[in-house]
Amino acid sequence: MKKNMMRAAALAGVMTLALGMFTACGGNTDNTSADGTTPAAAADTSADGAGEAAENDYSNLSGKISMSGSTSMQKLAQALAESFTAKYPGVTVTPEFTGSSAGIEAVTAGTVDIGNSSRNLTDSEKSAGVVENIVAIDGIAVVTNKDVTVEDLTKQQLTDIYTGKNANWSELNGNDEAIVVIGREAGSGTRGAFEELLEVEDQCKYANELDSTGAVLAKVASTPGAIGYVSLDVVDDTVNAMKLEGVEPTAENIKAGSYFLCRPFVMATKGEISEQSEPVQALFDYLKSDEGKALVEQVGLITVD
Amino acid sequence: MQMQNKNEKKQMSIISGSAGRSAGETAAQIIFTICGVLAIVAVAIITIYMIINGTPALAKVGIVKILFETTWAPTADAPSYGILYIILTSIIGTALAVLIGVPIGVLTAVFLAETAPKKLAGIVRPAVELLAGIPSVIYGLIGLMILNPIMYKLEKIIFAGSSTHQYTGGSNLISAVLVLALMILPTVINISESALRALDPKLKFASLALGASHEQTIFKVLLPAAKSGIATAIVLGVGRAIGEAMAITLVSGSSVNLPLPFNSVKFLTTAIVSEMGYASGTHRQVLFTIGLVLFLFIMIVNGVLSAFLKKGAKENEA
Repeated sequence: MKKNMMRAAALAGVMTLALGMFTACGGNTDNTSADGTTPAAAADTSADGAGEAAENDYSNLSGKISMSGSTSMQKLAQALAESFTAKYPGVTVTPEFTGSSAGIEAVTAGTVDIGNSSRNLTDSEKSAGVVENIVAIDGIAVVTNKDVTVEDLTKQQLTDIYTGKNANWSELNGNDEAIVVIGREAGSGTRGAFEELLEVEDQCKYANELDSTGAVLAKVASTPGAIGYVSLDVVDDTVNAMKLEGVEPTAENIKAGSYFLCRPFVMATKGEISEQSEPVQALFDYLKSDEGKALVEQVGLITVD
Repeated sequence: MQMQNKNEKKQMSIISGSAGRSAGETAAQIIFTICGVLAIVAVAIITIYMIINGTPALAKVGIVKILFETTWAPTADAPSYGILYIILTSIIGTALAVLIGVPIGVLTAVFLAETAPKKLAGIVRPAVELLAGIPSVIYGLIGLMILNPIMYKLEKIIFAGSSTHQYTGGSNLISAVLVLALMILPTVINISESALRALDPKLKFASLALGASHEQTIFKVLLPAAKSGIATAIVLGVGRAIGEAMAITLVSGSSVNLPLPFNSVKFLTTAIVSEMGYASGTHRQVLFTIGLVLFLFIMIVNGVLSAFLKKGAKENEA
């Protein structure tokens, strides 16, 4: 009798295990296939007929907002999710960080409400019915290891460093130290923005191509003579932030237009904002409010008007 | 296997006291079968998925242009998807890691199985087991913090006068190879040691009785006798090294270059890991092709492994 019961228990255990494996397996296949499918060229491009945005009262707002995309926008997206849900407790915001292109792909496919992108949308992405809503501007800072004595670079000098024409800081009136050129991997939003703004697309000779902002910071901080580029808001005192054309990388200077390395942060939606669900509309209204603008500044970004 | 089943049935029927197959028994049989089949299904799905996703780029860009060209500029205006350097890096990096890791691993196995004092073996063996359990990203971090700075100092000395060398800050092929060599050690040690322990002790006694020294016995008798087991260890080491991504992505620099010792290099695995997040369009498809190439490599490694195992089994029978 006892043995029978034990056997039954074991059987039940095996059953749950098998069941678990099934669900796990099912989940995986779903994920991968969603991941792998190329974005079907948009079902309907009837996005143009934007309806009039009615004055909305969001007091009883409830629902879900899903967003995915740029890892550069992680700080902004998380802060936004936090403060927005604090204001509207009925809404849950789930941000994921998969990369700009993956985010736009997801919003095109309709699997998320908002696709975060740290670069402008391409024409083909726009023609798939995705609308580019610029919510903030991000500055890119050029950072160097603490031992580098050069403090100011011209656009030309920066170009020469990244295209491999200058290989030693002494050529730029600095100390005698080899320049270790560090950048991001192909496809990264920061790299795309940097190369585009510097007009050195596909000519950069990187010694290291690292796949995250944090990795670039860490490598620059630990390698003598290293130079790299990261989002302005993540710059800390482990590295030197380089002046460009005599201009310090600060929000004021970017707003004033005197600092040239900056890029837009886009929260792309499928169709105009006014066609979105109420929570999504409320989110964009929130971003436009004073509260939202304070939030954008708080995470080290520059607001747009 | 069948014998076992029969025995089980007998036993169960005695306990439950019923002659026929109980419902529980049938259910258990079905569940076991399903669990077994799941592995096959998973492999089949992965294979099909890799082929479906990896081949479009081959057709779109051209097999030769992907496999035999050296320029990797997937996001350029005129994109170029040559992965020859990446393939070479994976092959050479793995080969060097095995070249370093296997002799050390096999000798450690000899030490553990034959010559180690009991107390010392009692320390070394758990250490090796721990080495196997350390997550690969930790190996990477250690490499990043300890190996890379040393390599950068070495690099500065070696290339002191060079005007053409691009300084990598120590993130280079050697760093990656050393990390990989360390990572395959536990695999090589464990399997080689079991191979040595599985040998008939008569071999050793016969050799010693004939007047051979302990060292002669090890190198002339025991290691040759355990060669199929050691070959298995090497092949599994190759498998581990070629499939590793996390550890080496931190130390190898990840720029696409000819795999020379002090160049920053990109492996098949690290190419996928580092670029998948932001890749789109053809770039993304080519990353799947890289995955397919890697998959083929692993299949080859596995094929070689099963050939060795079969050969070993035959030798044992003879």
